[in-house]
Amino acid sequence: MTASAIGALALILVVAPLLPALAGRTVAFLTGRRGAPLLQPYRDLAKLLGKGAVYSRTTTGVFRLAPAVVLGAALVAAGLLPLDGRRGLAGFGGDMIAFAGLLALGRLLLALAGLDTGSSFEGMGASRELGFATFSEPALFLVLGALALATGESSLGGMLGAPLARAWARAPATLAMVGVSLGIVLLAEASRGPVDDPATHLELTMIHEVTILDHGGPDLGILLYGSALKFALFAALLAGTFLPRAAWPAPLAVAALLPALALVAILVGVIESAMARLRLVQVPHLLTGAAALAALGVVLRVR
Amino acid sequence: MRVGLGLRNRRAVPWPAVPCLAVQEFRRAVIDATGAGGRVVSLFGLPDGPRETRLVAILADDARGELDALSARVSLGYPALTPECPQTHLFEREIAEQCGVVPEGHPWLKPVRRHPPDHLPPGVAPRPFDREAYPFFRIAGDELHEVGVGPVHAGVIEPGHFRFQAHGEEVLFLEIVLGYQHRGVERLLESEPAARGVLIAESIAGDSVIGHVEAWCGALEALARVRKSPRAQAVRGCALELERLASHLGDVGAIAGDIAYAPAAATLGRLRGECLNLLMLLSGNRFGRGLVRPGGVAFDVPDDMAAASVARLERVRAEFDRAADDFFANDSVQGRLDGVGVLTASGCADLGLVGPTARACAVPRDVRTDHPWGVYRYAHIPTATAQAGDASARAVVRQLEIIRSLEFLIEQLPALPRGAPRAALPDRLAPDELTVALVEGWRGEIAHVVVTDATGGIRRWKVTDPSFHNWSALAAAMPGGAISDFPLCNKSFNLSYAGHDL
Repeated sequence: MTASAIGALALILVVAPLLPALAGRTVAFLTGRRGAPLLQPYRDLAKLLGKGAVYSRTTTGVFRLAPAVVLGAALVAAGLLPLDGRRGLAGFGGDMIAFAGLLALGRLLLALAGLDTGSSFEGMGASRELGFATFSEPALFLVLGALALATGESSLGGMLGAPLARAWARAPATLAMVGVSLGIVLLAEASRGPVDDPATHLELTMIHEVTILDHGGPDLGILLYGSALKFALFAALLAGTFLPRAAWPAPLAVAALLPALALVAILVGVIESAMARLRLVQVPHLLTGAAALAALGVVLRVR
Repeated sequence: MRVGLGLRNRRAVPWPAVPCLAVQEFRRAVIDATGAGGRVVSLFGLPDGPRETRLVAILADDARGELDALSARVSLGYPALTPECPQTHLFEREIAEQCGVVPEGHPWLKPVRRHPPDHLPPGVAPRPFDREAYPFFRIAGDELHEVGVGPVHAGVIEPGHFRFQAHGEEVLFLEIVLGYQHRGVERLLESEPAARGVLIAESIAGDSVIGHVEAWCGALEALARVRKSPRAQAVRGCALELERLASHLGDVGAIAGDIAYAPAAATLGRLRGECLNLLMLLSGNRFGRGLVRPGGVAFDVPDDMAAASVARLERVRAEFDRAADDFFANDSVQGRLDGVGVLTASGCADLGLVGPTARACAVPRDVRTDHPWGVYRYAHIPTATAQAGDASARAVVRQLEIIRSLEFLIEQLPALPRGAPRAALPDRLAPDELTVALVEGWRGEIAHVVVTDATGGIRRWKVTDPSFHNWSALAAAMPGGAISDFPLCNKSFNLSYAGHDL
């Protein structure tokens, strides 16, 4: 455990809500609008945390458990990720599987909470959330697998640490494919366009938004923060893949996280303003494409 | 179609001249006329003596620009037209609800707006009425689920209930229940004096102010034999096209918003505002209230105002061309819109659809061309059609109509003919007459049918909004589609709840 790992974790926990705001702000800028202030998510979180919670009588403990599990899983996953380009707070051989599993656990609870409300909207949202996960999770595993093959490491700290710079020299094609694939997985996991539409108010078209429709007050605040953190984790994973920082001085490696995350958020905003959202039946096509790309990256390293 | 009545858009005919047929002959005549390419503009009942209701059908022969009126006297029931003439299905449900007359053999006899009868003939006791009673259609099965949306929605829109029978993401059936906005518009138009009637007409559908008040005035002017000056006619035409322009721009922008294509949504939404501001310039109200009045228009358009409007319209045209090129040429947009909510030309003919919805199925139906009135008799606007009948075609038809309305306005406004803006209206209307005023509103054909009594008072004021024809198109377009496409499909029709609910 090092100071730089703690510093990087603290940084990402603080700036996570900025990412969706920055993506939204980019869309607004590109469409000739001003957009919401960057600090608005913090105000929203403060407002929500100050409110009381209302629970439907049809819901059970699962519904109340979901926010805690979603946030807890994301926090532990954040601890596994080498955010400073060296190693995470905790790291062990095969921790990449724990990383993916923790995010899946959060998703599972979100889907169960959606089903728990008995609402047909949320049932459909849960079905979509889990249905698309069956395509995005294999893609994520193939991405992590290709990274492991390219670097010869089995922990996230190794894959994104010092061996990564050497891997870029040895296997640039694999890593480039991994990066693109990871970018697509990010769009799906962070519920961004063209997979999802974070700005919509139309329940029938929602994927992620509709599963949290019945949560209010602090629960909603925690879920919103949790999904922003998930966005930030994938952005950090993507930034870490393209930007090996193990050889940099520690303060610089931590500080570089900030512009790297901002760049990812801006790119997401650019993608969202450049194209319409996919119809739902085409989302699996996109995610399968991402998985195929990562698989090709794996194949290139197997000999 | 029979010859002799000589009924045309905004012409009045003596009520006794409207043939009163036996019910079987009436059915046959309506069914034959629609089978031969005719169209039911309106079908309604009016009380006609103790325990008797007169059914009146207004039929249109669009190819010849002629209208026809037929009637039949019925008592408590009559054999329904719907099994052989599907486009009358909602009209017959409406007759059952308003007049208490049962169309026997109607396959889908459910309430339309869920209100007690308001046009019952004397001597008939109303049946007990339960507003909440509505027999929903259900499909049973372990793998099926039901999704209810509304009447309260997540946006600032009107109330309506949509109930889906779905298999996973696939819609098997959609039932639409409306009536939450029912205000008794027809009864009000029949009972209130004209000074209030014009305000009621402007409020039938808040986004079709010009369209409805134009039809309302058209009916009144036909019954009063008032001739409007060419200037008044041109100003009214400009106001109607501005309303169309604003709504179509807003609609294409809203379609872009639904598919999360932000650039077009932002630009077109702003251009809609620009057109509403132009209506504000003309009338003092962004939705055009207060401009169109019986006999002409309440305000003249000075030359400098016309010139300023044209300059602003030129800017709208330049910006729209850029935004539309970007929107319609984007592959992801085309991929998203193609094949969503498909209607066929034959389905369109069966359901009697109107407006851009019909024109997007390659059915060139446009009151401005088929039954021209006012300025449209001199300044012809080509009818825009598309082939595919899907959401994409409905967007393309709107694009073409935006272009043509802009051309019309930019041509007309600088060259408004001379004349007084408003002619005086006589105190009394012609007694015992029937008139039909049709307007091509931005959603399609708006029809006001008026029958006067022996003293020149209003005996029946029948309003048919285009949405009344077209809601069944939305229900017909959804089965087989994805439930997540419903908001987009709905937006591509953009129908009025208030116009339907009256």
